[in-house]
Parts: sequence; structure tokens; C-alpha cells
Amino acid sequence: MTSPYPILSILGILIVTLTLAAGLIWLERRLLALWQDRYGPNRVGPFGLLQVLADMIKIFFKEDWIPPFADKAVFVAAPAIIVVTVLMSFAVVPVAPGIIVSDLDVGLLFVLAMSSLGVYSVVLAGWSSDNKYALLGGVRAAAQMLSYEVFMGLSLMGVVLLAGSFNLTAIVEAQRNLWFVAPQFLGFVLFLIAGAAETRRLPFDLPEAESELIAGFHSEYSGMKFGMFFVGEYLGVILISCLITILFFGGWLGPVLPPIVWFLIKVMFFIAFFILMRAALPRPRFDQLMSWGWKLMLPLALANLLITGAVVLAWRS
Amino acid sequence: MTRTEAANPVDVVRERCGVEVAAEPARDGIRAFWCPRESIPKVLAYLKDEIDSPYRMLYDLTAIDDRMRVQPNTHSSAFTVVYHLFSFERNEYLRIKTALPPDALSVDSIANLWPAANWYEREVWDMFGIRFSGHPHLQRILMPRSWVGHPLCKDHPARATEMGRFQLPKEKTDAEQEMLRFRPEEWGMRRSTEDSDFIFLNVGPQHPGTHGVLRIVLQLDGEEIVDAVPEIGFHHRGAEKMGERQSWHTYIPYTDRVDYLGGVMNNLAYLTAVEKLAGITVPPRGQVIRVMLAELFRIISHLVWYGTFAQDVGQMSPVFYTFNDRERAFAIIEAICGARMHPNWFRIGGVAADLPQGWDGLVRDFIRYFPPRLIEYDREVLRNRIFKMRTKGIGAFTKDEAIEWGVTGPALRATGFEWDFRKKQPYSGYEQFEFDIPTAKTGDCYDRVLVRVEEMRQSLRIIEQCVNHMPDGPYQSGHPLASPPIKDRTMHDIETLITHFLSVSWGPVMPAGEALGAIEATKGNNGYYLVSDGSTVSYRTRIRTPSFPHMQMLPLLCRGRMVPDLLAILGAMDFVLADIDR
Repeated sequence: MTSPYPILSILGILIVTLTLAAGLIWLERRLLALWQDRYGPNRVGPFGLLQVLADMIKIFFKEDWIPPFADKAVFVAAPAIIVVTVLMSFAVVPVAPGIIVSDLDVGLLFVLAMSSLGVYSVVLAGWSSDNKYALLGGVRAAAQMLSYEVFMGLSLMGVVLLAGSFNLTAIVEAQRNLWFVAPQFLGFVLFLIAGAAETRRLPFDLPEAESELIAGFHSEYSGMKFGMFFVGEYLGVILISCLITILFFGGWLGPVLPPIVWFLIKVMFFIAFFILMRAALPRPRFDQLMSWGWKLMLPLALANLLITGAVVLAWRS
Repeated sequence: MTRTEAANPVDVVRERCGVEVAAEPARDGIRAFWCPRESIPKVLAYLKDEIDSPYRMLYDLTAIDDRMRVQPNTHSSAFTVVYHLFSFERNEYLRIKTALPPDALSVDSIANLWPAANWYEREVWDMFGIRFSGHPHLQRILMPRSWVGHPLCKDHPARATEMGRFQLPKEKTDAEQEMLRFRPEEWGMRRSTEDSDFIFLNVGPQHPGTHGVLRIVLQLDGEEIVDAVPEIGFHHRGAEKMGERQSWHTYIPYTDRVDYLGGVMNNLAYLTAVEKLAGITVPPRGQVIRVMLAELFRIISHLVWYGTFAQDVGQMSPVFYTFNDRERAFAIIEAICGARMHPNWFRIGGVAADLPQGWDGLVRDFIRYFPPRLIEYDREVLRNRIFKMRTKGIGAFTKDEAIEWGVTGPALRATGFEWDFRKKQPYSGYEQFEFDIPTAKTGDCYDRVLVRVEEMRQSLRIIEQCVNHMPDGPYQSGHPLASPPIKDRTMHDIETLITHFLSVSWGPVMPAGEALGAIEATKGNNGYYLVSDGSTVSYRTRIRTPSFPHMQMLPLLCRGRMVPDLLAILGAMDFVLADIDR
């Protein structure tokens, strides 16, 4: 059931997600400050809400500088890729019944495909900067994405088996009786971890790892091009939170309140959780992260898939 | 073991090495002797490996330019190279001096005997122009390569105004920058092997993980560190040279800024040496005030380290909590001293003023407040599994390696060696306090954390004892060399007024001689080796800092590790750049 007003949906989702991403910057800074016994931005506008606006004005008016040693075309394209791929993913996200841009039957696969493409942004940024720190960051990103993408997809297959569809709306509808987080708890945990890795936030921020690689893959970026990475990261957080909500927590389903409110509440909860994780955890080492992914997460995801498959098969027959 | 049990090294050396050495009494009671230049490697090797209860640590290596002395030493040398050794078995220092004539400024290197000597000899070459033959890489270490002259020579200008106008035309800028380019061949490094090309990654001097202006060049194979070359000197401020211009009294604020996280702890190290020279005994109240403030600063320094170390391994929040607590400790420091990071509060013979009213309430509040916070940090940092993964088994060294490289302080204790100079060679009345020496087992980064965290608890114990048993009486010694002199009699008789006037305007005149004052500072053993020529200023001020040898050990610790481990190792080292470069 595609929305009757596609243009409206596109515009609506675009505006809301971008505003949300900007708001999220404020929210993250305020929440971190709250947990770290300090104030955070509280001067510009009520509760410092306009701080983001001020930052945006600043970043828009910054000199658009490209290092002379960089590979210019790729350098410019890289930040665009991340924003485009994440925004494309939002096209198949059902916010509420009828509020969706394109109700693809392979919605879930589309999201996974887009997030795989998003990695190019980081890798190309690291490569085209012609900077050793950026290169190390890019290499780390490539390796991290490769290993976490694998079980990210696998961890979701349990949900697909239970719902019997790749269509995100159908997956939500299939949770009318029971949220998938209950039968697919392991899948949920695995996806949560993979999702955090996908957004490259602490404890998975190895590609930028401030204390080691200065700013990693985006060391050479400034102005709005840096801003694109920034916004891309927050959009990624929103997307992963949306997906967790849709796949495991019944999407817009909930009593009394209108569906869209339920959806937003659930999404905000997970966004806050991601921020809390950033406040709390240290960063594992590169090789530890990899061996974790391949030796622990992947087998668990496979086991989860096998067991779910067997149970579903037994149930049906 | 006590002194009497082990034989006098001077006699033993004379007997067993067949070297004619001349013993020299010193004001600090440290055994000292002069050794002929040619015999230095032989005598030092004997003292390190063969003598009973050997001197296994090269504590310090420095030099003195004797050419301007008013009272020439017995060997009428142009330069003297001074070696300080330390024996843990004997619990004593040993000073070996060798005289260099003006036409032959060189001595054999002992870098093959002690790896720690490498940087010390480079520093002496840099500062005095004394060559060490056989040194693997005798090059400037603190000054830029383009520097002309050797700064600690007496004929080298001490102030910029004596040096002509500074200009930086473009050619000079380019030349200076070119000089900073790292050339692997100079360090005997290869750019590639058959299998791989190495990346040479320049970490610093501007880098969020180096805690200051430190440069480390990494030779990387992928992300694995093949070798590392730390480059220091960016924070060099000539603290030792300044010591030759400032009066004994006015040099105190400069010490504050050496280990800039240690505050009055630096004053204490310096004054321990000055008071040995002058023969001043600090009255009990002065001593206890000093101990209390020094221990507060130990906590303050460890708190900065705790938070920033967690940040180095990627944990974002603890630094805010620890800085918050540090601020509470600073509130006490500020109430007592009037300043925060650099209180400049200790004086020759005591402290600057008595404790203010209500000080004990402030300290008691902190003693109540702080322990629960430490437990919270334990939960947050020490028990965090990712944190353990990042620090356990990383950057480990053994007790013997530590001694070989001149490591002191918490890093030495983390190897399981219970050695704390507050206990072993008590100063400032530490023998009256009850506290434990925390140790750990494996000497890795995690163990260093454990030791420092426990040290904060022990410091708190000491502070509590200070509050409970603060003695009455004067806070400043009445010794004629104590400075500033006590003023209350000045308006009663003219002699006191004149003495006071001279002592304040010129500063006290220290008797000729030399003294080493070494204390257990926040980061390890911090020592001031002062040479007086019988004047109002020091003839030579040598600052032996713990961070310098610790940093020298870095390549050894990070070879074969990954880039993130380098940050963990650096963080666990707890160094301060001003403490390395002075």
C-alpha cells in the first residue's frame, strides 16, 4: 500500500529526517552533557536549541577547501554518497500505515544494499584524501564493514522467516500478536551490535578513532563536506533505530496513541540508547573487533538462523 | 640492607678495578668519587654487574660546565660529567664524576652498558657539546638540529635579548621544516622489505593522543608497529638554564612548571635538595603541611591521568568525572595556597604561610567525598571488559627491564617490585605516616592503572593522618638561610633588619657544595641535583625527571603492537611533556 501522495511523503520524510538529524546533534550533546555532569549547549535559543542552527550557518559559510594533494573528484563525491545512500534507505521505511515513500517487496534487502553502498563513502574519503591517517581510517572502515555486514544481514533472516516477507510493512503487520524481539532476542542483540558498527559510533568508531587517528577518514574534510559526514552519521543512527523499531519492536503498533507517535517514541528510545552507549563504553582494538565479528557474532547469527528455520519448519508442518 | 653491611664502593673499586679513584664528601651524604675519564666504562660496568649489592640503575647522567667557577673543584676540570647510580639492594645512590680537560671534551659512551644512557648522553652532547665516543646516535635531542652552540655552557646566552634579533625569513622556515623531515635511513630503518612497503606515520607534535607536543615516528606494516622513534624537545624551556640565573628562592615558581600536574610536589623535590645544601631542618608543622599538599597533588595528578587514560582507549565520560573531582581538590589547594595548578607554595625552610582558618573542614569534606567516587570509577573503568581487553598484556615489562631503563614510580611498582622512596628513603617526615605501597604483578598497562588507583586511596590515608595529627608550632624554619626570613624581630634591632633586607633583596647565599634531593613524585623519582658555588644563585641546576627515562622506553614497549596499543601504552605511562623536556 504505497502512499496516495508520493511527493508529499517524499518531502515529509526528507524534511523530518533531516530536521531530526540536526535535532539529534543537539540531543546528543545535551544528553552526553547530562550524563557527564556538565551543561552542554544551553546559550543559543531556548535550551540551546538554536545551537545547531548557528553551527549550520557557520559550516555553510566556511571556505570550501580541497587539499591540493587530494583526488578532487572522488574527494567531493565521497561525502555525498553517505547522505544519498542513507536517505534512499528511508524510502522504504514505513513510519505508519500509509506513510511510506515506496512499499518495496524487497524493502529489507534494499536497506541492506544501501548500507553496503554507504561504506564506499568512507573508504573513498579515506583513499582520496591522500593522508596516512585518513587511509588507515578508510582501511579500518572497509574491514569493519565487511565483517559486520555479513552477520548484520544474517541476524535479520530470522525475522524474515517469521514474517515470511522482506516487505517492511508486512514485517510490522506480522507483529500484531507478538513483537519479534521476543522470539528473535538473539537476532535483536546481534543486529543492535551490527547496527552500531554500521553507524561507526563508539564503541565502533575505529575508522575515526579520535585519540588514535585524529579524525580518521575525514581528517582532511572541512566545511559542508565535513558536515555531510556528520549529518550522514546521525541519519544512520536514526535509520538503524527505525529498523530496530520496525523489525523487532512492532513498528508503529501500540495501544491508544496514534501509530506515528508510537513509532517516534520507540525510535527516540533507541537513539537515546545509542547515545548512552557512546557515553559509557571504551573502544576495542581493531583486531579484537574483527575476531569478535567473525568468531563470535557470525556463528551466533548462523545458529540463530538455523534454529529459527527449524522451529518455523516444525511449526508449519 | 643498610649501609654498613655492603662494602664502601670507593674502596672496592680502587681495589678490584685497579683504578685510582678519589672519594669526595658531599653535603647530601651521598657517596661520591672522581674517576679518571678512560676508566669510566670499566668502573661503571663493575659497579653495575660485579660488585656485591650492585648499582643496577643508571639514575641520572649529566654534566657541569666548570669554567666559570669561583671556587674551582679539586680536579680543575673544564667540564665534569656526573653519573648517578642507584642500588636497590643497598638503598643508596652513588655519584661518580669524571673531569674533562678543555681540549678533550669526550668520554666513552656507556649506552651499551645501560640502554637508558642513550638519551642522557645525547642530552649532555646537546647541552654541553661533550662527545660520547661509541654512542650509536649522538645527535641533538632537546634543541632543534639547527641550533648553534650548546645552551648549558656558561658562555651560551641565557636570554633571547642577549642573542640578537630573531628573524624567520622564508628560506629559514623552509630549511627548518626540511630538518624536521624524518629520514628512516638515519635511524637504520629500511623503507621496505621484500614483502611489504612500510608506512612512516608521523604522530604529533600535534596529535590528540600524545598529551602535548611530542612527536613519535612510527614505522608501520599495515597497522602493526615495526619500530618507533620518539622525538622530544618541543616543550624544552630551558628550566635548568634558568636555575643559573634565578636566586635559590626565586627559582621555586619555575619548578612548579616542570611536572605541571604535580604542583607543589616539584617544590618539594627542589627544596629537599636546597635544604640539604643549607643544612636546614623544616619544623614539624611545615613538614606535615608539605606532605598533605604533596599528597593532594598526587591525587590531583592521578585524577588527570585516570580520565585521560580512559579517553585514550576511547572511553569518553570518565575524564569529565575525574576533572570534576580534581576541581574539588583544587578548591582546597586554592583555599590554602591561593592558586591552583602552580601554587608555588613551599619555601626554603617551610611553607609560605600558615594554614588558613577552616582548612581542616575542607580537607575532611574531601576525605569523605572521594572514596565513593573511586569505587564508582572502579565500576566504570577498571571492571569494564573492553577496557581490560585494551590494557591487559599490553606494554608489559619486567622488574629487571624497568631497572635497566631507569623506570621508577608506579610503573616500577606495577612489575611487582615494592619500592617507594617515601618508605625507603623517607623525607619530609614520611616515616611517621602509615600507608601501604600498592604493587601489581605483570607490569602491563592494566597493572599500572591498578597501582595508581590504589595510590590515590593511600594518599587519602596520609592526608587523613595529616588532618588528625597536624602539629602546632612554626611553619617556617628559623634558620638564617630560610627564605623569606621571619620578619617579626626586624623592627627591634638593626642587625636583624640588615640580614632580613639582604636575604630578601639578594636572596640567601648557599654554602658551596652539591646535593641531590630526590623524592617520590607523582610520576616516579624526581630529583634535583644542585651545585652551589657559594653564591646567591645555583651554579648548576640539574632536574632529573621520571618521564624522561619512561619515554625513552617507548620503542621497546610498542614494537610488534598495533597503533591503538601505542595510545594505551602512552596513556598508561603517565608522562608530562614539560617533565620530559624541562
